[in-house]
Amino acid sequence: MRQKKSTEVTVGLFVMLGLAALFFLAMKVSNLSAFSDEQGYRVTAEFENIGGLKARSPVTLAGVRIGRVERIELDPETYNANVVLNLYSSFDTLPTDTAASIYTAGLLGEQYIGLEAGAEEEFLKDGDVIELTQPALVLEQVIGQFLFSKAEGDE
Amino acid sequence: MGTIQRLGQWAIGTSERLGRGYLFLMAILAGIPSSLFRFSLVIQQIYSVGVLSVLLILISGLFVGMVLGLQGYNTLVGFGAEESLGVLVSLSLVRELGPVVSALLFAGRAGSALTAEIGLMKSTEQLSGMEMMAVDPIRRVITPRFLAGFISLPFLAAIFSAVGILGGYLVGYGLLGVDDGAFWTQMQAKTDLYNDILNGVIKSVVFGFVVTWIALFEGHDAIPTSEGVGRATTRTVVHSAFAILGLDFVLTALMFGDV
Amino acid sequence: MPLIEIRDLHFYRGDRAIFNGVDLDIYRGKVTAIMGPSGTGKTTLLKLIGGQLVPDQGTIKVDGQDVHRLSHAQLYELRMRMGMLFQSGALLTDISVFDNVAFPLREHTDLPESMISDLVSMKLQAVGLRNAKGLMPAELSGGMARRVALARAVTLDPMMIMYDEPFTGQDPISMGTLVNLIKRMNQSMGLTSIVVSHDLEETMAIADDIYLLSGGKVIERGTPDTLQDSSSEWVKQFVDGLPDGPVPFHFPGMSFEDDLLNRKAAK
Repeated sequence: MRQKKSTEVTVGLFVMLGLAALFFLAMKVSNLSAFSDEQGYRVTAEFENIGGLKARSPVTLAGVRIGRVERIELDPETYNANVVLNLYSSFDTLPTDTAASIYTAGLLGEQYIGLEAGAEEEFLKDGDVIELTQPALVLEQVIGQFLFSKAEGDE
Repeated sequence: MGTIQRLGQWAIGTSERLGRGYLFLMAILAGIPSSLFRFSLVIQQIYSVGVLSVLLILISGLFVGMVLGLQGYNTLVGFGAEESLGVLVSLSLVRELGPVVSALLFAGRAGSALTAEIGLMKSTEQLSGMEMMAVDPIRRVITPRFLAGFISLPFLAAIFSAVGILGGYLVGYGLLGVDDGAFWTQMQAKTDLYNDILNGVIKSVVFGFVVTWIALFEGHDAIPTSEGVGRATTRTVVHSAFAILGLDFVLTALMFGDV
Repeated sequence: MPLIEIRDLHFYRGDRAIFNGVDLDIYRGKVTAIMGPSGTGKTTLLKLIGGQLVPDQGTIKVDGQDVHRLSHAQLYELRMRMGMLFQSGALLTDISVFDNVAFPLREHTDLPESMISDLVSMKLQAVGLRNAKGLMPAELSGGMARRVALARAVTLDPMMIMYDEPFTGQDPISMGTLVNLIKRMNQSMGLTSIVVSHDLEETMAIADDIYLLSGGKVIERGTPDTLQDSSSEWVKQFVDGLPDGPVPFHFPGMSFEDDLLNRKAAK
């Protein structure tokens, strides 16, 4: 059974097409490009409530993505959440009094951490802690506060 | 014959077939080293099983993607979330529709062709003839086809998903006015390389293994008459469909269960 | 010592005994015919000798080796020394005549293509089909297909060939050609041939030794001449082609009168 040249060529093309498709999926469709930040530096922030924040959620400054959430742990002593942020090493000029808050993106939104730069002259380094944090908004609490203040206003 | 008897006979017959199928699989796997040695046989089969399915996959993928674009838009618009169309299209395709639909199409086109081919070889005694010429028909005929199917289906599934996403983009951006940038950036943000794409590839690898196995077994086990081969072809498509959908459920539960 | 020794062969298909204690000897260099009415399992016998089927009882020894005790590899090696001609030829339908005959050479040897080409031409020449080498099996007549299959069966110069119903359904010319070929090849290549057939005239013309099987047993054995003169009822019915005798005309069951009068069958 002779192998026709054309058969081999078309099989080769088929394999290339398949690889191209996989490549396309990997590069253009997935978050592969966001993978290259392994060499970031880590900073911890403590939150009373992280809401729907997950590992790999984005971390932004002025809306620009500068890192991601690496992991979330529960502190057994303070009963708060310790969130470890992995920030790109190119953004190493964050003042030590930078504040971290949890926001929601869009209506169906997933949650992310937004940073606000402070005014100190020293910068955050690997292993530092962000002191100023604001917890996520929990809908029930907001409604409760609203009702409470309404009730007070009526008196 | 009573119902119980019939049930018992059916159960015994089914276990017998399963046993034969399993032994058959072991024989196929045993033939892999010698097939890799004569890779030209495998290449020939990749041509008839993979290359000749590409057109079907391209067209189906394109249409599925376009329909996803349309339907997805109609649903998301109600939430004001039409910018997320890219995410919807890509996740639906990469996680589910790509692997599953391409496997079903593959079973219908390539699987039934394999069954018919092997069944015909059996009924014209070509397999027997080969045995008597001291050529093991499993190693010469069956294993190369198995490897070809196993290799081809993941590629076909990837092509399906890729073309589908492009189809969704065509409809979303070209037809419905979804923002170009939002489509791609949201998709990129939400489609995870490992959790979504890799899992989809794993699914199609599993499907390729099972569907090709079923197709080859049914052909090899067919009753060597024209009616027998016809029934075997039907069985291939039906059993493959069950296997694909059942495995899809199991794999999805395992992979995406705790999301 | 005979090339093939079959002793006490028992083989069942479901409840039916295809072979119920059969002893056979096939001698080297001879054409041995196995004959009998349809359905006596003659093809099954060839498959048993080739190791494709396993007997329920008894032994089959080919060239001193017990076929069914061999390992997979040993069995395949033995098969390389056996040639088999199937009833339909069993040519591989997707490749040409040339490639079919070359198949055993390409699979089992590392010979260069030039040598293979010469060998194939030689084998096809012996069966008279050298100029048909470019044709596809679908383009061949039944008789031609069998001749190609014969060429393929002798490609590796086996020690024996088994012919499964080679004369069935052939026109007189093809039949004559085949008969001639079988005899000639047996002599010129020093082969041992086993012909399974129920075509009396042709088989008697070339066989050196004939076994007559029926009901799972050997009912007669001899040369064409001794068979003609045999006194056994079975043999007479077979040799003379009588419609009724030990092999009944009517399928066994209810008698005709009982059936017409709707009486119950006498079991």
